[in-house]
Amino acid sequence: MALGALVVSAALVLSGCSAQSGTDSSGPVSQSDIDKAMSTPTTITFWTWVGDFKKQIAEFNKKYPKITVNVVNVGSGQDEYTKLRAAIKSGKGAPDLAQVGYDYIPSFNQTKSLADLTPYGAAKLKSKFTESSWSLVANSAGIWSVPQDTGPMGTLYRSDIFKQAGLDAAPATWADFATAAETVKAKTGAYITNFPGNDMSNTLGFFWQAGAKPFTYDGKKTVGIDVDSPAAQKIMDYWQPLIDKNLVATDPDFNDAWYQGLNQGKYATWLTAAWGPLFLTGSAKDTSGKWTAGKLPQWKAGDDISGNWGGSTDAVLALSKNKIPAYEFSKFLNSDPKSALSLTSEYSLFPPTTGTLKSTDFTDASSDFFAGQKVNAFFSQVSTTVDSNFEYLPFMDYADSSFNSTIGKAITNHTDLKAGLAAWQKSLVDYAKQQGFTVK
Amino acid sequence: MTAVTAPRRRSHASAPQTRAAWLLVLPFLVVFAAMFIVPLLYSAYLSTFTSQLVGGDTFSGLANYARVLQDPSFWAGLGRVALFLVIQVPIELALAIFFALALDSRRVRGGRVARLLIFVPYAVPGVVAALMWGYLYGNGSGLIAQIFQAVGLPSPALLSSQNILGSTMNIVSWEFIGYNMIVIYAALRSIPAELYEAAEIDGAGEFRIAWSIKLPALRPAILLTVIFSIIGSFQLFNEPNLLYKIAPNVIGYDFTPNLYAYNVAFKNQDVNYAAAIAFLLGLVIAIISYVVQTSVTRRERKG
Repeated sequence: MALGALVVSAALVLSGCSAQSGTDSSGPVSQSDIDKAMSTPTTITFWTWVGDFKKQIAEFNKKYPKITVNVVNVGSGQDEYTKLRAAIKSGKGAPDLAQVGYDYIPSFNQTKSLADLTPYGAAKLKSKFTESSWSLVANSAGIWSVPQDTGPMGTLYRSDIFKQAGLDAAPATWADFATAAETVKAKTGAYITNFPGNDMSNTLGFFWQAGAKPFTYDGKKTVGIDVDSPAAQKIMDYWQPLIDKNLVATDPDFNDAWYQGLNQGKYATWLTAAWGPLFLTGSAKDTSGKWTAGKLPQWKAGDDISGNWGGSTDAVLALSKNKIPAYEFSKFLNSDPKSALSLTSEYSLFPPTTGTLKSTDFTDASSDFFAGQKVNAFFSQVSTTVDSNFEYLPFMDYADSSFNSTIGKAITNHTDLKAGLAAWQKSLVDYAKQQGFTVK
Repeated sequence: MTAVTAPRRRSHASAPQTRAAWLLVLPFLVVFAAMFIVPLLYSAYLSTFTSQLVGGDTFSGLANYARVLQDPSFWAGLGRVALFLVIQVPIELALAIFFALALDSRRVRGGRVARLLIFVPYAVPGVVAALMWGYLYGNGSGLIAQIFQAVGLPSPALLSSQNILGSTMNIVSWEFIGYNMIVIYAALRSIPAELYEAAEIDGAGEFRIAWSIKLPALRPAILLTVIFSIIGSFQLFNEPNLLYKIAPNVIGYDFTPNLYAYNVAFKNQDVNYAAAIAFLLGLVIAIISYVVQTSVTRRERKG
């Protein structure tokens, strides 16, 4: 137990040694600069939690034998960000290239920790990526990362449970979904779905679909926070009675009890992203062949609108002394047609590259787990229905922990969800002001 | 006790001996200074600054401390660990003393195995313990819930806001009863056998011996475990941090002051404020430990 205090004080020391990251003096980089850099023996360090990228690096090295890519896994998500921040602050030990979620780009931008990729010719990449992914890595000030994967959302449902309840397809609208919830509970005992109180990103996916714009950030000092907008309240008004009538489970997701629930048919659907199918294949093996992918329920009948949940990018750090090879590798890994395709099959990443999304090698793949359905083709279409206008705050870690103790707590404890939204709004605004931001 | 005798011995020591003593202590002092004193001073220094994501660090004196004193998260956490201390520590230590006495009485068969079994939880890695308790406590699907359902009773919500503190106490007791038992058992073994022989000649039974000889002799050991448990309770971090995975919304980010300081440092990116929280917590622990220690030793002197 005493360890806690030690950990804190040690960490205080680590992150305290502060030296602000240097901004680079950047003009456009000429082709001869690039050629020179790519033919000089260089080792670049790449922090990622996806995998070792052995095959992709081998392909890259065929073209650039002088560049060595050193892949390091320092933990996933926030674990990596914490270490990255410490390294950036101390000015030592940071990698050249790092995996960063779309939602954390503003945070690393706020500390000027990412290199603008414009001088290296990144503008040319724009046409290769979907609009919704590109809009999250680029703004008027620059291009900050290269998209790696995305998560357009859909409904994965258990066709066996649906059949038992007399349903034959994913509910078309949220109203249908609520009716289906009653039927499924009455006839099978299963919950129609699980609405977790610990997963801000999942909830933000619903915000995204409903057209709620909870956050804005100008890249400098001004943030907009609107998590209890009418659009957001509409979502909570929708879930409140489902939770109150015990038609929807409110289990925290991505832990053992939840995995068990998925395996045992506790939830008839999982409202998830395009990486969900491959995730299920690994985590709910017992349910193979019983799943079908469908659209997210719509707010208005006849609409075809989705949201996004998750996804990552590979960003070059401002501190890097090897920005050219780091960028070239990020570009190759994520936009070279063969490499991008291999990421989908080898690492279950859902591609943000339009070429891969259209490629028959990708879309023709059918999944036994989904009873032969062409899930990739399905989500390729869904990815075109994601609004490309969504922003994040420069302090999503705080937003996340604050979500858990306000609206998330209301979800778990089955209390007033709209009061939870209001509490989240207040806590975000207070934190933003205290941190010196101007709140619009 | 060595602390009392050491200075007396020093007056006899010759100069070379003193030098040798310092030389022997030096490695410890170096590590102690580098790993403890310096970070402590550095945290104290950090706690006098206010950091903002926009605008950076500015010197602000004791402003962070003033903020902690008005922070409901800090007080709620402190209240929670105080309640934890008042309820859990007496139960844990009573059980530890009971087990130690039972094992020492030599009336228990298989004492060695029992001792090991009681001690084993202390050796179980935290992550494994968390998985295990997650499985036992799980709402609806957990083992405890299933046993209740099998008997036809409503299953208790062990991970709900009302019960989570009790569930945490249970885990901590499970872990540390064995540890405290070993400390007390070791003290029992060092009681001279003559005392028992004399008591037996006087016709004292096993219970009388436990009450009149063993318990008084155990006082220093019990005081030690009490102080450790007080410090442990106020620094409660691991168990709630592990339970966070299975009950994130119930534990939250400020369940205990230590967990709060950790989250302020890493999730809120406010290292300076976290340092102030940690320092005030340390102060509270020091005061309470001091009060307990002096009140016990005063009573000892009177007795």
